[in-house]
Amino acid sequence: MTNHWIDFQNSDVILAMGSNPAENHPISFKWITKAIEKGGILINVDPRFTRTSSKAHIYARLRSGTDIPFLGGMIKYILDNDLIYKDYVVNYTNASLLINKDFKFNDGLFSGYNPETRKYDKATWAYQYDEAGIPIKDPTLQNPNCVYQLLKKHYSRYDLDLVTRVTGTPKEDLLKVYKAYASTGVPGKSATILYAMGFTQHTVGTQNIRAMSMIQLLLGNIGIAGGGVNALRGEANVQGSTDFGLLFHILPGYLKQPVASAPTLADYNKKFTPATKDPKSLNWWSNTPKYIVSLLKAFYGDNATKENDFGYSWMPKLDDGQNASWLMIFDEMSKGKFSGFFAWGQNPACSGANSNKTRRALTTLDWMVNVNLFDNETGSFWKGPGMDPAKIKTEVFMLPCASSVEKEGSLANSGRWVQWRYKAVNPPGEALPDGDIISELCLKVKKLYETEGGKFPEPITKLWWNYFDEKGHFSVREIAKEINGKWMLDGKAADGTEFKKGKQVLNFTKLMDDGSTCCGSWVYSGSVSDTEFLTMRRDNVDKSGIGLFSNWSWSWPINRRIIYNRASVDPNGVPTNPNRVVIKWDAENKKWLNDVADNAAPPLTDEKGGKLPFIMNAEGYGRLFGGGSLNDGPFPEHYEPLECPVEKNLFSSQRINPTIKMFSEVGESSEGKDVYMTCNPKYPFICATYRVSEHWQTGVMTRWNKQLIELQPQNICELSPELAALKGIKSGDKVVIKSPRGQIDTIAIVTSRLKPFIIDGKTVHQVGTTWHFGWLTPSDGGDSSNLLTPTVGDANTMIPESKAFMVNIERKG
Amino acid sequence: MELTRRDFLKISGATVAGIALSGAGFGIGDSTTAYAAELRTKNATVTTTICAYCSVSCSILVFASEGKIINMEGDPDAPINRGALCSKGASYFQTVSSESRLTKPLYRAPYASEFKEVTWEWALEKIAENIKKSRDASFMEKNAKGELVNRTNGIASCGSAAMDNEECYIYQKFLRSLGLVYIEHQARI
Repeated sequence: MTNHWIDFQNSDVILAMGSNPAENHPISFKWITKAIEKGGILINVDPRFTRTSSKAHIYARLRSGTDIPFLGGMIKYILDNDLIYKDYVVNYTNASLLINKDFKFNDGLFSGYNPETRKYDKATWAYQYDEAGIPIKDPTLQNPNCVYQLLKKHYSRYDLDLVTRVTGTPKEDLLKVYKAYASTGVPGKSATILYAMGFTQHTVGTQNIRAMSMIQLLLGNIGIAGGGVNALRGEANVQGSTDFGLLFHILPGYLKQPVASAPTLADYNKKFTPATKDPKSLNWWSNTPKYIVSLLKAFYGDNATKENDFGYSWMPKLDDGQNASWLMIFDEMSKGKFSGFFAWGQNPACSGANSNKTRRALTTLDWMVNVNLFDNETGSFWKGPGMDPAKIKTEVFMLPCASSVEKEGSLANSGRWVQWRYKAVNPPGEALPDGDIISELCLKVKKLYETEGGKFPEPITKLWWNYFDEKGHFSVREIAKEINGKWMLDGKAADGTEFKKGKQVLNFTKLMDDGSTCCGSWVYSGSVSDTEFLTMRRDNVDKSGIGLFSNWSWSWPINRRIIYNRASVDPNGVPTNPNRVVIKWDAENKKWLNDVADNAAPPLTDEKGGKLPFIMNAEGYGRLFGGGSLNDGPFPEHYEPLECPVEKNLFSSQRINPTIKMFSEVGESSEGKDVYMTCNPKYPFICATYRVSEHWQTGVMTRWNKQLIELQPQNICELSPELAALKGIKSGDKVVIKSPRGQIDTIAIVTSRLKPFIIDGKTVHQVGTTWHFGWLTPSDGGDSSNLLTPTVGDANTMIPESKAFMVNIERKG
Repeated sequence: MELTRRDFLKISGATVAGIALSGAGFGIGDSTTAYAAELRTKNATVTTTICAYCSVSCSILVFASEGKIINMEGDPDAPINRGALCSKGASYFQTVSSESRLTKPLYRAPYASEFKEVTWEWALEKIAENIKKSRDASFMEKNAKGELVNRTNGIASCGSAAMDNEECYIYQKFLRSLGLVYIEHQARI
């Protein structure tokens, strides 16, 4: 999130779209309620009328997979009615910047598309620069090549008639939503977007979020209290696990994973350190060399020296363009590429798209390490439905781990608050904390390589692994100290202050690129001082006036609670909303008051040091025009899901996102083959998978809980009364949901929460089911709904398209 | 009687380990103290934790006595949840104390039809050997273009958003030291 949970109370308008906070983040609803008590309104957009919808002032339905038409229509509405927050847009976004004259868009494709490779050459998606290397601007926003005019042109096609034909949202509801949301494009009003998997789990997922971010920039809603772009994340520490780079494409702190075309550290820095000539742009990623060297020092300690490039060659490299993400893992696995696999605190046999494919892929492994609190469908895959253990060679180690109350450590919530949790009791039986298991394993592997040698042992034998307290016990607090960063020798920071070896680094502003500092993740630097774990703080008195609670725990970066908060003041440093001050320039003492300012530099108009607010972009401006940052275009454009109920995309000749990876061919299979069928009467209904309050993810941590399984004992199929009448189904009937890839048993819930859509004059039905169940337990709960979902992912993130695929349903027995 | 939950916790005589329960001072009558003395959390230690389910991160008070958890409830002092918990957080006690918890390392041999119990030492030794075997067999110094990659192609990992920050950090450190690039977890799906 750019903001945080409690900040919702500061919103005048809350849009929950692609999310269902009442159901899936129930306690957060406390803060939505607070906003409503103060006069704010809640808007909810969802194919289904949910618990969140029941609290909304405005509810609008839309067909799964049509968020971009919906939001594109809102962009058009805002521009046509001149509802932008003009000063914010001109001063803080790239609206006024000119774009390369050869940039084009035509019939669903941007300039530079190669249909063979299904990739874009993005050279034309770029700014125009003057001789000094600074982007050329037209602050009047009239130049036909300025971003504002290109934006207007692009979304002129998203008129109400077309939007309603594609989304199935009644026109009057579109207007209600647009009017209410766009009313916040003035100083003193804030609107926030709360989104989750309903936005992300689409082949256009990233562009869904982009569209909403653009709306927030147009209305001046980023960086202010009650504003922002707020992802409601799903797991206790998915924020932390992402921050620490447990993904193929990033290292801790969002540093880029090294690639083959950058064989040396100098190459890496050149390739991945953005540059700008604009003195007004802070361009914070220009500090990349300090962060990568400090990370390498954290990996290899004194073994990383200037002479050996700080151990850079010991880090594994991807081939350029190689994608090693989730869908690729199981695709490669199904081809026998892996002999070993760790399913560490995760259940891919139920969470992976096309679960038949995932489960079969597991049979190719020589060994699997499965660490969990409970038995699960992944560790026990070899005795699952359709499996013959006598034919499966995989040796499986199912290791018992400690729960969160049986160990201590920190975790980061969706709002970037990093809170510490303590050990209450020992784990049961012989269960061990994950950290202890990882450490033991690492030491054993190190020993093997030290004694036996083997292939390229240095990255392992030279690895720095000092996580033991004075008594020699494994200590997570020692890890936390390394994550914060330490001085590797007696040193001097860039500003001249002196430091002693072994002392904690104050924060990331002190990190060096010469090997004097180590740091496990620069965004966490500042969380552990020589005297305090700031994440343990429990001062629950708020002095900010807007609910920042800056002395409760610690947030990254450097305890900043609302990021991009330079956009909450005008160019002179005066808060644009005096009733909800985030930061405020104290001209006399030359510092910012209240929240930690995004960054300490003076206001924009300061001749010497003024800086633009979007400090993580090289140019310093918020991007209405996305440039080359995404694979499928600088502006979101509507494409239909891979499996959809319509033959054509009414917006262009490109039915599906032209840059997505195609795994599947047309067909049906229950044996894990990647197949799909679109606009086919065999699978005429749209299906989305979602969640209920009482269960969580694949259910490994809820299906064994008797209280919760009593509340929600079986998987369900939600359908409209109209569809139920067509199919002769009543509530309580057993219903089979079938897709081209598999089928599951469910219990029907016939409800008017779902209504048929009218899409381009035709009736289209949508159904829904949860993904909380698996064959292991309970015996009649139903198996995973990911047996139904297709192997296809977003063009940028490759997150599977679980929110829009086609099924059929039949009453069983 | 009119007492807030915070008051109950304070007067129940619960000892505090690691945290200070905040709360305003107030007068306590004898009858209140006597009532509180019978609370089963009387001699419990109290620690704070964060719920293990969604990403709101509600704070939870955990009461333990003689090495066992006897009660969990929302932390009234925490700014985000102020003592409230949803159905999952409120029943987390049932989850962690379930008799279905894995308590011993289990091993399934190739082609076997059952798991069997093994020791940690045996399991970790075998896993370490497997890692080395797979790594040495699939390690790639240079790719097809002759570029230096130094990576292990034959091992992949998924997990975990359920681990603490410190664990996530050392897990990726361990995996990358082994040369893995196929590293993913819940954030991707």
